[in-house]
Amino acid sequence: MSKAATGREEELKSVTVDATGVYYRELNHRVRELVDEGYREIILDGVNGQRYIGDGLVDDVTIIINGVAGNDLGAFMDGPTVIVNDNAQDGVANTMNSGKIVVRGHAGDVLGYGMRGGKVFVTGDVGYRVGIHMKSYKEQVPVIVAGGRAGDFFGEYMAGGVMVLLGLGEEPPLTGDYLGTGMHGGNIFLRGPVFEDQLGKEVRQFPLDEEDRCFLEGLLEEFAADAGMDLSGVKTDEFSKLSPFSHRPYGNMYCY
Amino acid sequence: MAGSMVTSEFLVEVDHQRCRRCKRCILNCGFGVFDFQNMTTADSSKCVACHRCVVFCPEEAITITRNPLAFKEHPSWEVDRRKAIWKQAQSSGMILTGMGNDLPWLNVFDHLLIDACQVTNPSIDPLREPMELKTFLGRKPDRLEVSADNGGFRLQTEVGNNVELAVPIMFSGMSYGSVSLNVHKSLAIAAEKLGTVMNTGEGGLHPELTPYTDHIIVQCASGRFGVHSDYLNAGVAVEIKIGQGAKPGIGGHLPGEKIGREVSGTRMIPVGTDALSPAPHHDIYSIEDLRQLIYALKEATGYKPVSVKIATVHNVAAIASGIARAGADIIYLDGFRGGTGASPAVIRDHVGIPVEIAIAVVDKQLRSEGIRNLVSIIAAGGIRSSADVAKAIALGADAVGVGTAALIALGCRLCQKCYTGNCSWGIATQRPELTDRLDPDWGAERLVNLINAWSLELKEVLGALGVNAVESLRGNRERLRALGLDSTTMDILDVKPAGR
Amino acid sequence: MMELVFGDQYSKWQVDTCKVPAACGLSGIISRDGKVLGGNVIIESMRVIHDRGNGLGGGFAGYGIYPEHRDHYALHIMFEGAEGRSACEGMLESELEIEAAEEINTRSVPAIQEAPELRRYFAVPRREKLARESIEPDDFMVRLVMSINTTVPGTFVFSSGKNMGVFKAVGFAEDVGEFFRLEEYNGYTWIGHGRFPTNTPGWWGGAHPFNILDWSVVHNGEISSYGINKRYLEMFGYECTLLTDTEVMAYLFDLLVRKHRLPLEVACSVLAAPFWKDIDSEADPERKALEQALRMTYSSALVNGPFAVIVGYSRGMVGLNDRIKLRPLVAAYKDDYLYVSSEESAIRQICPRPDRVWAPKAGQPVIGELKGDV
Repeated sequence: MSKAATGREEELKSVTVDATGVYYRELNHRVRELVDEGYREIILDGVNGQRYIGDGLVDDVTIIINGVAGNDLGAFMDGPTVIVNDNAQDGVANTMNSGKIVVRGHAGDVLGYGMRGGKVFVTGDVGYRVGIHMKSYKEQVPVIVAGGRAGDFFGEYMAGGVMVLLGLGEEPPLTGDYLGTGMHGGNIFLRGPVFEDQLGKEVRQFPLDEEDRCFLEGLLEEFAADAGMDLSGVKTDEFSKLSPFSHRPYGNMYCY
Repeated sequence: MAGSMVTSEFLVEVDHQRCRRCKRCILNCGFGVFDFQNMTTADSSKCVACHRCVVFCPEEAITITRNPLAFKEHPSWEVDRRKAIWKQAQSSGMILTGMGNDLPWLNVFDHLLIDACQVTNPSIDPLREPMELKTFLGRKPDRLEVSADNGGFRLQTEVGNNVELAVPIMFSGMSYGSVSLNVHKSLAIAAEKLGTVMNTGEGGLHPELTPYTDHIIVQCASGRFGVHSDYLNAGVAVEIKIGQGAKPGIGGHLPGEKIGREVSGTRMIPVGTDALSPAPHHDIYSIEDLRQLIYALKEATGYKPVSVKIATVHNVAAIASGIARAGADIIYLDGFRGGTGASPAVIRDHVGIPVEIAIAVVDKQLRSEGIRNLVSIIAAGGIRSSADVAKAIALGADAVGVGTAALIALGCRLCQKCYTGNCSWGIATQRPELTDRLDPDWGAERLVNLINAWSLELKEVLGALGVNAVESLRGNRERLRALGLDSTTMDILDVKPAGR
Repeated sequence: MMELVFGDQYSKWQVDTCKVPAACGLSGIISRDGKVLGGNVIIESMRVIHDRGNGLGGGFAGYGIYPEHRDHYALHIMFEGAEGRSACEGMLESELEIEAAEEINTRSVPAIQEAPELRRYFAVPRREKLARESIEPDDFMVRLVMSINTTVPGTFVFSSGKNMGVFKAVGFAEDVGEFFRLEEYNGYTWIGHGRFPTNTPGWWGGAHPFNILDWSVVHNGEISSYGINKRYLEMFGYECTLLTDTEVMAYLFDLLVRKHRLPLEVACSVLAAPFWKDIDSEADPERKALEQALRMTYSSALVNGPFAVIVGYSRGMVGLNDRIKLRPLVAAYKDDYLYVSSEESAIRQICPRPDRVWAPKAGQPVIGELKGDV
């Protein structure tokens, strides 16, 4: 299945695998074998919907996917870098702990569910329920940046981390309804204005402070580099910042 | 205007002749009932009848009685209903409660009788002859390929990972956060000594439990608290918690008060934030999505067994069939009597079906489809005694889970106030002065004693039935009879009435 | 649940209970060289252990008795009325190519009363029926037998193997043997049974041996695990409706050996499984893995409670008792003959000086197989 490794073994032991028509279980097993053999860059050609690529991987390794990445890309992943040179399906970065996923295309629903660390960059649109229950803890701060638009329930139950939606070439509103519903931690940044009727009842708009701007600037530079995009025009645009107004949104819901 | 229309449930009286003013009651009460001004005083309105003060009063000076206050009786307006309305009219909140369903629904276990041998086949003496309780949880092949070579036999079929239990009783998932770390330690130590497993619940795995991970099932619930690669690989199996018997279909909500430094670290969320578990897993909106998560977990763990825990609801048989076909190795059925640290009373008391019925229909459904070997069935939610264990197994369960019974062994008085975080017994609380009260070694010893006692009783039952392995009881409904059940229920249980 | 119909008395009884506890006496003999013996030999053996039965059931199975029809299934059927017979024969004709049909010869014996009509059919499944469903002939026959026994009133197929036959009735074994004129049959394997049921519908079909295809089982004891064994077999299409636990033995052998292709000895270690303490202390890792896998996979096929069985099949005979030996079993051999019985006396009656006599250990099968073809 695998072709010969490249000649640059001292710098980066790399290997290309033809994934055309290979069942996910076999493909992921092969990826693990290659990681164990010491390869640090694994290029998967001909991927079309294979699930769980990078699932549970904890090593310092880069996986380059040429094709459409299947569901649960990078689920439970803890460290690797995954680059998708096409679209990704649903469930990207499910419960991901650390590492980076770059999708040079669109991504589907439920991206970054329960994600608690690492970064996901999507150059295009993302689907419904993106960033559900993202949470941060100490130095672990998950980050999602998408270059396009998003569906409803963006940041539902969000408990920590940062989500940025750029809507490049788009007019607001960039997301659907119930934006940040149930949010009780973290921050969402959207380019341009946000309409009050889109917002979940637990979230409010706050002005960006200097720290926010500085953070965004650095993040967008990294995103632009990974995405291969020029974002110099975006830097001057106004952003809206959404944050929860309580860490205890449901404190008064019960009686005893 | 009066502060509250709700009158005290209990009356606390201190016998001042006997009281030696040692103030132990003040220290022991987690709910702040007692005070001292020249003499010990008690605020009965705060009392939950947890008996901590009574047990620790050296002079037996404290008595707790039910408030005898007379209410005009009304058969459909029981006092508790009136109290609920007063509370809600005052606060606009949902009535919150803890532990299991306390409405007097029919208990099917209490209407099932166990058989015994007389003359035509012998009973077996479990004290002197072998009696086997060992149980394996997980997927088994439908059949084995065995080849003969050189006078020996060789297994040609690979049997997947299973969880081995020395006794068919395991500890149910109760999260660190809802219960104290010392409860988790007690459960883990006991599980190791007993050769069974405890279940983390959805609050992650505290590092101090690392020595016991061969006896721990880790849970992955909708909040994904503390779920990462190391966690998933730590235990002997991973459980996807879809639902809980006490609150089918709703999420969880651990209040920020219970998220101290340690709980925050284990759950991997900041101190003081509410820990919200969404009602569904947002990556599971359909059965094929469950398959996707099951295999995501298997891929992440080198194909450890995956358990799927569901609350027993009306269509449980078809759901279980789907779960089995989705690739689960274990189905954990949590009946509507199952416990909880916090649930809206309307859900706890009115949603779901008894686990007895669920075992019967799930076992039957899986057999009718010829897929019973694909999964093991664990029955939980209302297992109170070894008799319940035997009956659950005879109805078709491979093993049972106990949660409430384990907590009662640790001192729980079933006061149903877990959600307050004030548990005087150090169980359902994170207040350090309270959690210190539960010594894990003491707790483990009591749990070991309880399960060993139940095992002895279960062996006596097996012996009386004339079988010497628990698998000969499993699904053997022929050895059960019903007393006082209607014919439809007997039909569903596939159990004959006593006398037939 | 499938309704079993076999006369009014039977049906009514069936509603109330499920199985009849029974204890018994057993005996079996095989010539491993395939030498044939008259049925009188097994009758003589059974006569000695008369007191183990109570006259409410006796029976025999002989192998090698129909050499002229060796390639045809020999169906022994009892009919309690003309209606059932005509319905049954309609089914047989539509499903099978029948080579021969005849009455089973009997003689009048005072102790044997109220005999049903007893007939036998030599037949094979119709080829087009097999082709249409691409089903194996054995599976086809199992399904047909189950179907007749559960749907045709007053009709019971009590033997369905090739070149073998079961003969059974309500009565003492020796009287049953005389009634069926067993001395006129010659077989290389014979097994016999005298029954002591503690409750009975007085039904001929309830006597032993129980048979499916060429598996015949005589059984002493009561299977305490019956309920789960039955439910396990139901998953594979076996209908246990004969009011006795013994039938599960026959079906378990059919399932494990014929369908799952387990070696006979391995199948026996499923039915009378080794204890976990022995598996856990097994030194050979491969053997340990096999034993553990067997108990895990086939836990519902563990036969628990007291039993001793002799199972006849076309290639041989196996004696097996339960794993804590709650029922007696004695074995002996002389020359190429293997004997198994509940009591040594039943062996000594027909083999006064065996080469070796021994008591098999709990759960250890005694297997005698033909050395060559017969």
